[in-house]
Amino acid sequence: MTLNRIWVFAEAADGKVAPITLEMLTKARELGGTVEAVYGGADADAIAADLGAHGATTVFSTGDLGGSLAGVPVASAIAGQVEAGNGPDLIMLGTTYDGRDVGARLSVLLDKPVLTNNVDIALDGDAVVATTPIFGGTKLVKTKFTAAGPHIALFRPKSFTAESSGGGAAAVQAIDVPDAGAAKIVNRHIEESTGPKLDEAEIVVSGGRGLGEAEKYAIIEELAGLLKAAPGASRAIVDAGWVPYSYQVGQTGKVVKPTVYIAAGISGATQHLVGMKGSKNIIAINKDPEAPIFSVADLGIVGDVHKVLPKLVEALKSR
Amino acid sequence: MNVVVCVKQIPDPAEPGKLEADNTLDRSGKLILDESDSYGVEMALQLVDAAGGGEVTLVSMAPGGETAGLRTALAMGAAKAILVSDDALSGAGALDTAKVLAAAIKRAEPELVLAATESSDGYTGTIPEQVAALLGLPSITFAKHVEIADGTVKVQRQTELGYDEVESPLPAVVSVTAGVVEPRYPSFKGIMAAKSKPVDQVTVADLGIDPGSVGAAGAGQEIVAVEDAPAREAGEIVEDDGEAYTRIVGFLEDLKVI
Repeated sequence: MTLNRIWVFAEAADGKVAPITLEMLTKARELGGTVEAVYGGADADAIAADLGAHGATTVFSTGDLGGSLAGVPVASAIAGQVEAGNGPDLIMLGTTYDGRDVGARLSVLLDKPVLTNNVDIALDGDAVVATTPIFGGTKLVKTKFTAAGPHIALFRPKSFTAESSGGGAAAVQAIDVPDAGAAKIVNRHIEESTGPKLDEAEIVVSGGRGLGEAEKYAIIEELAGLLKAAPGASRAIVDAGWVPYSYQVGQTGKVVKPTVYIAAGISGATQHLVGMKGSKNIIAINKDPEAPIFSVADLGIVGDVHKVLPKLVEALKSR
Repeated sequence: MNVVVCVKQIPDPAEPGKLEADNTLDRSGKLILDESDSYGVEMALQLVDAAGGGEVTLVSMAPGGETAGLRTALAMGAAKAILVSDDALSGAGALDTAKVLAAAIKRAEPELVLAATESSDGYTGTIPEQVAALLGLPSITFAKHVEIADGTVKVQRQTELGYDEVESPLPAVVSVTAGVVEPRYPSFKGIMAAKSKPVDQVTVADLGIDPGSVGAAGAGQEIVAVEDAPAREAGEIVEDDGEAYTRIVGFLEDLKVI
């Protein structure tokens, strides 16, 4: 089996293509064949240049989704193309809010398996093999598709490095949307954040249960502010309602790979480690010397976060 | 209002995970209610309360007639459970699991189906949307706030930049993030009552699904290898003597990030 034709589900916000989309386009080029994008939205023209510059020759566009969540309309549009004999061999989507909806809906419409959370994909002879981390990233599972294509695979952000192909703008081609979907967005809320985005920041400072109580998270934000870092969190304190879900680093939540990751009061459950152990440098502060976070730390401080962090903040302020 | 909550019974995430010889997850130890699912159970109980009537039905798929996790959710206040337990399901992928759950959910004729966004062990995160597609229902994933009004479910759906207000007619499938509500602890009375609440255990064939079409045989995927990931080398560990913060400052200086 060869991958003659690969489709990448493209995501964008405010006319800017999501990094995960460019990462997948770059990987798709390496796998060979024709690379094309599928986009659910009104502004395909605005992103066609960037998609083309990363390898997409065509962007199949649903046009305006009329406020619908992407899952139903985009999956039905892709399935329509497949049923008409115009489908690809592989469909790549991000493990993102909309990517999961589209991939999951599509698997039902095509009655094909969907492999999620992949970090790599390769051709092994005739087989298409996806790589997925399990057990907090300590093991890698390689799974091959045994059913006929199109194969559906979802990829974790930051699995590949986006590189330009130098290609011209992708041709925009409209595709039909057989099912508009009944779930409608009636209002959008942008949460104002002053610092860098969690998954794009050079430095991330995350807090966990070891902070003791919700109010103590303030020092994480103060430290993050001083370091021009993004504040993050372990699942435990998100579950406890101390900070919003959007702060969560881990298997559920964001994958981060900053230059420096500072874990304060985080024990290092596998669920957290899988989201941050790709960081270039890791500093951990925890009072339990046996905490698993120390197994991945370049600098581990065995101590009380309530003593170490205030001193660190003061030292940084006085610089 | 009748609500179905999909719940998964998983090996305790605090214990190190193990694989069987056939690369399926070792589920031989004690299974517990996935903590991610406790939020859906709590949300369902609150919505039924607010509606002034109806009941919460649990739907689960687990080997060996396992009910330990179901009893926890029943003790929280769910009325009954449907458990699909069948050796034919060993090695089932997400799509097969969704087919089984969808068939079981149909039996309860709910107005709303709740699920976690993903399980804590397999974390494929596709099941709620797949169940919705199989049932021909609309769905809203990643809900961080849910309310029902006039036959409509209104959800705050998590996004990259904040959240969207999303509405859908009922019946619908909604997946909830952790932290959406504070799950109650089962009371002693609840735990005692849970022991006698009905758990309807069914097989794949009972649901009208061909056992040969699900499980490892029907998955359309095959694990070819499980490898150790490259290990990260442990670095220097320092006991805080009151001055350890200077080591952090020095570390950041060396990296030229401050």
